[in-house]
Amino acid sequence: MNPLALVGHVVLRFLGHVGRLTIFAGTALSHCLRPPIYGRLIGHQMIEIGFYSLPVVGLTAIFSGMVLALQSYTGFARFSAETAIPNVVVISLTRELGPVLAGLMVAGRIGASMAAEIGTMRVTEQIDALSTLSTNPFKYLVVPRLLAGLLMLPLLVLVADAIGVAGGYVVSVYKLGFNPSVYINSTYEAVKMLDVVSGVVKAAAFGFIIALMGCYNGYYSKGGAQGVGAATTNAVVSASIVILITNYVITEMFFGT
Amino acid sequence: MTVTPKISLRGVSKAFGPKEVLRGVDLDIARGESVVVIGGSGTGKSVLIKSILGIIEADADAGTIAIDGVDVTQMRGSERDAVNKQFGMLFQGAALFDSLTVWENVGFGLLARDRSLSRRAAREQAIETLGKVGLAADVADLVPSELSGGMQKRVGLARAIAGQPQIVFFDEPTTGLDPIMADVINDLIVATVKHQGLTALSITHDMASARKIGDRIAMLYEGKLIWVGPAQDVDNSGNAFVDQFVNGRAEGPIKMQVRR
Repeated sequence: MNPLALVGHVVLRFLGHVGRLTIFAGTALSHCLRPPIYGRLIGHQMIEIGFYSLPVVGLTAIFSGMVLALQSYTGFARFSAETAIPNVVVISLTRELGPVLAGLMVAGRIGASMAAEIGTMRVTEQIDALSTLSTNPFKYLVVPRLLAGLLMLPLLVLVADAIGVAGGYVVSVYKLGFNPSVYINSTYEAVKMLDVVSGVVKAAAFGFIIALMGCYNGYYSKGGAQGVGAATTNAVVSASIVILITNYVITEMFFGT
Repeated sequence: MTVTPKISLRGVSKAFGPKEVLRGVDLDIARGESVVVIGGSGTGKSVLIKSILGIIEADADAGTIAIDGVDVTQMRGSERDAVNKQFGMLFQGAALFDSLTVWENVGFGLLARDRSLSRRAAREQAIETLGKVGLAADVADLVPSELSGGMQKRVGLARAIAGQPQIVFFDEPTTGLDPIMADVINDLIVATVKHQGLTALSITHDMASARKIGDRIAMLYEGKLIWVGPAQDVDNSGNAFVDQFVNGRAEGPIKMQVRR
């Protein structure tokens, strides 16, 4: 195949996906605002995304906080700047590590499961069956997941922030010999409302992205088991990449000079 | 006086990319009539039904689909939902929602269409409908994965008729079933369609099923209906394509594509 034709083919395919994704997101958002709203399904998805992701997000957060404190100490000790460790831990976690790590972990756990579930429903005609039973698939499948992602990721990130700071505290106090009350005071003084708010805004955006990518890839999957497998992989990979890009954009909005 | 057909297709064409699946299908189905469309795999039978249901989007389409004389081809949103309320559909693999119990599957459409209906009332109606397809109340709380293929088809049939539709579509109702269970399903289809006076459009390549459930049989080949006639005439159609298909012969005008 002509190399130029290949490039053109890839670009056109990519643009096609972007266009389809935009229409998909617009349609889903328009359905978020119109009844009927399936409260039970939203509640179920909130538990699935929020509650059941707590262990994986909590573990990620606590070890990140611990490593952050340990690595900061080894670096800062060279300049006798160990007192900055509480500041570094809390600001890094609330602004960046909390939302990004939680987002990536949830993308792996929830994005994959959404794509697999909806994809299986697509290839076994369950989505067609919904339409024949007077039920809009967007309202029934997509809207609850989008809303749950949007609402639960910020809560998860707040919990992750707290657990991560606690991890940093444990290492700093029990391994590195920090004074507990000094560490806590430094943490309180270092963290600003804007740090937490920026993290929560990022989390909401990431929650939406994870659910959108999971639903979109599942909804348009085809070709049986192989298609569902591909949809699952695409959901995780595309959500992870878009999360990292969005993270930069939101950081630029809040803290760009 | 001309009687308006319950379903009327005129020049229905559907293309997906370069592939023309339906190429000008004309068909009228009278109220209370059962029509079976036969044809080989990949001839567009499922696309035909999904086009009437309005659940398939082609890259290019043409023609009109009318229900009770009203053109529904371009209908969307609530207008389309209102039309779809008179439809019931039994899918090829039953397409039961595997996260819901049997009664929730059967009562799904009832709860969706009447939001004031309590779950208890929906459950009672679902169990009553399960009885019509020969299933006892004790299957109501099972999940679809706990049922055999034949029972899943019965639950799918119960779900299709639970909302008291006027038109029922059957997509390969006997595929994957043993001959005895296939005949049981055929009997149930005949009983539900005839006794309730429903209009039915079925697609199948199971000739025993087609003969049993159809008043008329139509054969789809290369996107066109090449023969339509009474079910009892299908063995003497005088059409070489129909003869080859009905008798399941490898030799004849229909050439199976074995290599791309």
